[in-house]
Amino acid sequence: MKKKLLCALLALAMLFALAACSGAPAEEPSTGDNTETNAGEEPAPDSGESGEEEAQLSGETGEEPGGETSNEASQPTDAPAPAGNAFKLGGTGPLTGGAAIYGNAAKNGAQIAVDEINASDSPIKFELRYEDDAHDAEKAVNAYNALKDWGMQISLGSVTSKPAEATSAESFADNIFSLTPSASSTATIAGKDNVFQMCFADPNQGTASAEYIGSQNLGSKIAVIWKSDDVYSKGIRDTFLEEADAQGLQVVSDQTFSDGNATDFSVQLNDAKTNEADLVFLPMYYEPASLILAQASAMGYAPKWFGVDGMDGILTMQGFDASLAEGVMLLTPFNADSTDEATVKFVTEYEKRFGEKPNQFAADAYDCVYAYCQALTAANATPDMDAATINGLMKEQFTTMTFYGLTGTESGLTWDASGAVSKSPKGMVITNGAYVGMD
Amino acid sequence: MNFIIQFVNSLTSGGGAYQFLNHILNGISLGSVYAIIALGYTMVYGIAKMLNFAHGDVIMVGAYVCFYTFGALRLPGPLAPLLAVCAAAAVCTLLGVTIEKLAYKPLRSAPSLAVLITAIGVSYFLQNAALLLWSSSPKVFPNFFVLRTVDASGETAVLRSIQFGSLSISFVTIVTIVSCIVIMLALTWFTGRTKMGKAMRACSEDKAAAQLMGIDVNATISLTFAIGSGLAAIAGALLCSAYPNLVPTTGSMPGIKAFTAAVFGGIGSIPGAFLGGLLLGVLEIFAKAYISVQLSDAVVFAVLIIVLLVKPTGLLGRTIREKV
Repeated sequence: MKKKLLCALLALAMLFALAACSGAPAEEPSTGDNTETNAGEEPAPDSGESGEEEAQLSGETGEEPGGETSNEASQPTDAPAPAGNAFKLGGTGPLTGGAAIYGNAAKNGAQIAVDEINASDSPIKFELRYEDDAHDAEKAVNAYNALKDWGMQISLGSVTSKPAEATSAESFADNIFSLTPSASSTATIAGKDNVFQMCFADPNQGTASAEYIGSQNLGSKIAVIWKSDDVYSKGIRDTFLEEADAQGLQVVSDQTFSDGNATDFSVQLNDAKTNEADLVFLPMYYEPASLILAQASAMGYAPKWFGVDGMDGILTMQGFDASLAEGVMLLTPFNADSTDEATVKFVTEYEKRFGEKPNQFAADAYDCVYAYCQALTAANATPDMDAATINGLMKEQFTTMTFYGLTGTESGLTWDASGAVSKSPKGMVITNGAYVGMD
Repeated sequence: MNFIIQFVNSLTSGGGAYQFLNHILNGISLGSVYAIIALGYTMVYGIAKMLNFAHGDVIMVGAYVCFYTFGALRLPGPLAPLLAVCAAAAVCTLLGVTIEKLAYKPLRSAPSLAVLITAIGVSYFLQNAALLLWSSSPKVFPNFFVLRTVDASGETAVLRSIQFGSLSISFVTIVTIVSCIVIMLALTWFTGRTKMGKAMRACSEDKAAAQLMGIDVNATISLTFAIGSGLAAIAGALLCSAYPNLVPTTGSMPGIKAFTAAVFGGIGSIPGAFLGGLLLGVLEIFAKAYISVQLSDAVVFAVLIIVLLVKPTGLLGRTIREKV
């Protein structure tokens, strides 16, 4: 009886494993792989129930690595860079989980840049590999180690702040140069001379938001709702409050939430409403923000909403009612509606491949790859150099070069020795379900 | 001391009474969701004498089924949500019975600790299966309970709440409370008046004696799971209508809170689950509003401890005298 049960459970587990495999983008190499391992396994002992069970067990364990390697092997097929004379570029990001929109956007953006560079006549070629960290520091370190085993020479760091604080410490210790597209907390770069950011830092976002609200007269009574157990949220909120004071903005409500109670926001919204806040500042990621917008609409509270770069992605949530986000303002360094040639080219390519407008994370990652390309070319680096040598060259290049990319201003981007970038955010407002530049 | 002064001040000042009413309404709205989940917990505990910690995750599965059926149906009017909830209830009932058959039935005579651990295992299994099947990117659950009105100029307005002066109650809250009361009454009637219900109560009092009286204990427990899981589907639809983010862990936190509510009200008692759920919701909102958001859960659980110290069987729990 118990054996039958075990068999049934194993069969179920296999089914799930198969279902998961079929969700992976590239199937063809995987099926070849699987039949091989299965064919090798099947003729094993088959008499009696226990034998069957063993065969099933080994079949299952044999399958999983097969599925995974094929999944990873699918990436180089996207980028036909011959291994051996390409720089191995690795990054971690939340490809699944609550922040998956960011991770996938960054991965897609970087992939487009890598493909463009590999197809061009540039002497620099890249081989890109992204590992999933599910927005978790521990998983990010594992993902980083997997990349190191693969032979990563330069790193795109991590996409989100919490994992980036963990992986940047590792890449500092390992002398692997890292340029993160979007991990904006100050702790990511603090004290590490080889970790650089493509995005503006959290304090910068808080200050810029307050300045923007003050200079555009968007509101006089401000409510802030922030996530108290998140460095990203707290960092922005703290500097926002400082600058709001300087701008003469009145903060009438300052409310928090945390992981355990991130479903019901009625108290926070009520506090904002009774204190007659006409603008609510939301320094958080899009997941709680979408709940706040829905609950505010259900209680009939309609202030102006102002978000930060974490709000980017709210429109691509499956099933999200875009009318809830109508009029939401946010600061991002990238405007997909911009009409300059480079942006239009990138946006068209991204829409063609992935069926949606790129957000700033995609643009940041795209810029990261091009910044690397420029720096590697200028330093005459070759793919046979080891990570530590490239690390030294990159540190020198990034502190002296000026980079012109999709994000940032016309005067170009520069980095100081701490790894922070000179960049100014752009104000965007959500109109008819799309981001539109405010100025 | 500070918060007491703050509390008194906010009650006596002008906007205080309005705020207070508003918090009560929000508390009832949150509590009614807890209550409807707690009904499932208390029902299974009362009859099978086991804590089905996978209940919260059955809710999550119900919500996903509802989400996908609703998306696939594309029917106008109230028909689509109804059909979606029915489909979810069917799937969850089947799931509940399967879980019971595969995971709990072989352990019927095992110590209760083994069953408890199995229930936690099933809970993780469901969460991870959902992760594989539906990925972890959040889905936004559609709000079923809106009124679409067309005014004179031809503009469609979407109403999500009713206004009473300056107070507003969302339709979800009203529907949740009403369905909660209906389910509670139906369950009380079912366990008290019908033959199957009587069999359930007999099983809960003494399995061996019930079997001697010709009651099929296994079938009765399966039926309990079927009903409990069917309720979970409805709870899932209501939970996600009120708080529309759907991820594989959606059910776990409300599940634990609802379990607390069931214990608070007296586990095994159906009206107790309702009362416990509502009180827990109101307490949580009050703790958030008048004490501190970060401390709110601590306050709620402190109150729970005090209640259980004074009345160990919960608010409406039966005191069972041990006969020696």
